[in-house]
Amino acid sequence: MEKFTTHTGVGVPLRRGNVDTDQIIPAVYLKRVTRTGFEDGLFAAWRNDPDFVLNNAAYSSGSVLVAGPDFGTGSSREHAVWALQNYGFKVVLSSRFADIFRGNSGKAGLVAGQIDEKVVERLWVYLEDNPGGQITVDLESKTVTTPGGEVEDSFDIDDYTRWRLLEGLDDIGITLGHEADIASYESGRPSWKPVTQHA
Amino acid sequence: MGKTLAEKVWDEHVVRSTPGEPDLLYIDLHLIHEVTSPQAFDGLRLAGRQVRRPDLTLATEDHNVPTIDWDKPIADPVSKTQVDTLRRNAEEFGVRLHPLGDVEQGIVHVVGPQLGLTQPGMTIVCGDSHTSTHGAFGSIAFGIGTSEVEHVLATQTLPQAKPKTMAVTVNGSLPAGVTSKDLILYLIAQTGTGGGQGFIVEYRGQAIEELSMEGRMTVCNMSIEWGAKAGLIAPDQTTFDYIEGKPEAPKGADWDAAVAHWKTLVTDADAHFDKEIVIEAADVTPFVTWGTNPGQGVPLGANVPSPEDFEEATDKVATEKALEYMGLQAGTPMREIKVDTVFVGSCTNGRIEDLRLAAEIIKGHKVADGTRFLVVPGSVRVRNQAIEEGLDKVFVEAGAEWRGAGCSMCLGMNPDTLAPQERSASTSNRNFEGRQGKGGRTHLVSVPVATATAVRGTLSSPADLVPATV
Ligand code: SF4
Repeated sequence: MEKFTTHTGVGVPLRRGNVDTDQIIPAVYLKRVTRTGFEDGLFAAWRNDPDFVLNNAAYSSGSVLVAGPDFGTGSSREHAVWALQNYGFKVVLSSRFADIFRGNSGKAGLVAGQIDEKVVERLWVYLEDNPGGQITVDLESKTVTTPGGEVEDSFDIDDYTRWRLLEGLDDIGITLGHEADIASYESGRPSWKPVTQHA
Repeated sequence: MGKTLAEKVWDEHVVRSTPGEPDLLYIDLHLIHEVTSPQAFDGLRLAGRQVRRPDLTLATEDHNVPTIDWDKPIADPVSKTQVDTLRRNAEEFGVRLHPLGDVEQGIVHVVGPQLGLTQPGMTIVCGDSHTSTHGAFGSIAFGIGTSEVEHVLATQTLPQAKPKTMAVTVNGSLPAGVTSKDLILYLIAQTGTGGGQGFIVEYRGQAIEELSMEGRMTVCNMSIEWGAKAGLIAPDQTTFDYIEGKPEAPKGADWDAAVAHWKTLVTDADAHFDKEIVIEAADVTPFVTWGTNPGQGVPLGANVPSPEDFEEATDKVATEKALEYMGLQAGTPMREIKVDTVFVGSCTNGRIEDLRLAAEIIKGHKVADGTRFLVVPGSVRVRNQAIEEGLDKVFVEAGAEWRGAGCSMCLGMNPDTLAPQERSASTSNRNFEGRQGKGGRTHLVSVPVATATAVRGTLSSPADLVPATV
């Protein structure tokens, strides 16, 4: 996984709350067996609408999504994170994320930063007044800023995820470092626990 | 101070706990299906890693498999690729797989319990959010993403921050004709789709204790629809009786040891929950959704709400949008809403008791003209049992379509989908826009409501039916 320290990119104001994973990527797009190529399904239903924000050339190269509350509710599909990443998003900002979505983001290297609802509103206003405007997301200092300092605020992300993203650490590698603990736990498991294969 | 059930199960599975880091939890059972696993196996291959415990892993095909002509090659090329990929991966990594055509094939959350693999006090994960279903046995069970699937495959563990705990107590007995599905739809409508966020919820109280295991699974299944991390119910005699004798249940001395341990899996009297909700079972009536999230529900006897009924501006907008998508007029009695397709199935309501109930209600009736009634068993085992009991004949005689096992119209990944603007009454768990097919309109309902609706063609309960003459 690549290290994430700071990112500056075009901000996309997604003025919607409760964006569930079926809106981020409808189920029909999930039928791939690779980790790439999901950008075509991102917000598929909304992209048919010419007024949808990503259909506006000023925002179409966006990499920082600013969304309403309860982003990523619904299914556990990690494809929602991949679709955002495949499209080019590095960061999603919202006042509230669904738990599974937030977890999936951290693991795949997408920064899900939680900001105050009022900051969301100010970013929306800024981005609507300045289509194509950029946002800088600094993971070190946990801040979001606009170039002219119109918005300058902090975001929340849990320390562990932040550390991993900053270090670019692979989760599985970290856990396998504790192999001895796992083996010792296994040796103490009751023998009546179910198994799917019998010797 | 005592511990809650969830805390007991959690603590029993901590491999490693360090301040400032999530706990490393051991996973007792990892369920796998064709849609969320390919990239995980791909990741293992890329890193040169193995599956640590194939003997704690089980795979089946459910999400996109067809429910007719399942003996023929899968027509949709992408679905076929996913299924073929799962089969290759299972073989390469030594994972037990129940493929299409196998007697144990079916929806993961139906297959685990019916094999007896789902037992109290376990940690169970699957790349599917409705894994919470298994909590009905007193396990901590939750959905994970594909990276986590890869993590569990490689390490049989998962780093997890300990969630808060909540108790939902349901006092008294559910009224006659009211099911556990109505109960959970009612609860979600009360609390909203975010009400459970961050919590492992323990459902308790008389109404919960009186539920069968299948009814309990329906409740736990939909925990995720009000945002909970997981839902669980303390194991009791009902649980033990259900498990005993199942193919993978403990036997002999193992059984005694297991039950002795399971009996300790209850919340201590002096345990503390971070939050508590109490509801009265007597308040629950047949419940149906009118909108595009599971919290947008009302009693069947009520009318379609109006945006004006809500105080918050966001709720007004959400209601307006939902009504537009659903093609509904505020004030219309729910009972007058005409339905094109009725779906009985899914991991919420696709088990044998559900089929028995549907058959009992539709016996002697006919599916209404212009209405399609799809009955999809959750697994091949459920299907075979239904055939043994003659339920299939009842359905076919009534004019229903009797299908093969799988997720089917629950999420519209296989050919069973709604057409744009087509309206369904569905026993599944999600009514999101496009969930059952692009532009499709879903009303979430219980099995009795679904079946009565199939007969009358409009949202109905069995009480609305003219008694059948059989
Ligand atoms: S039936 Fe529906 S909710 Fe259940 S596992 Fe299948 S797709 Fe998921």
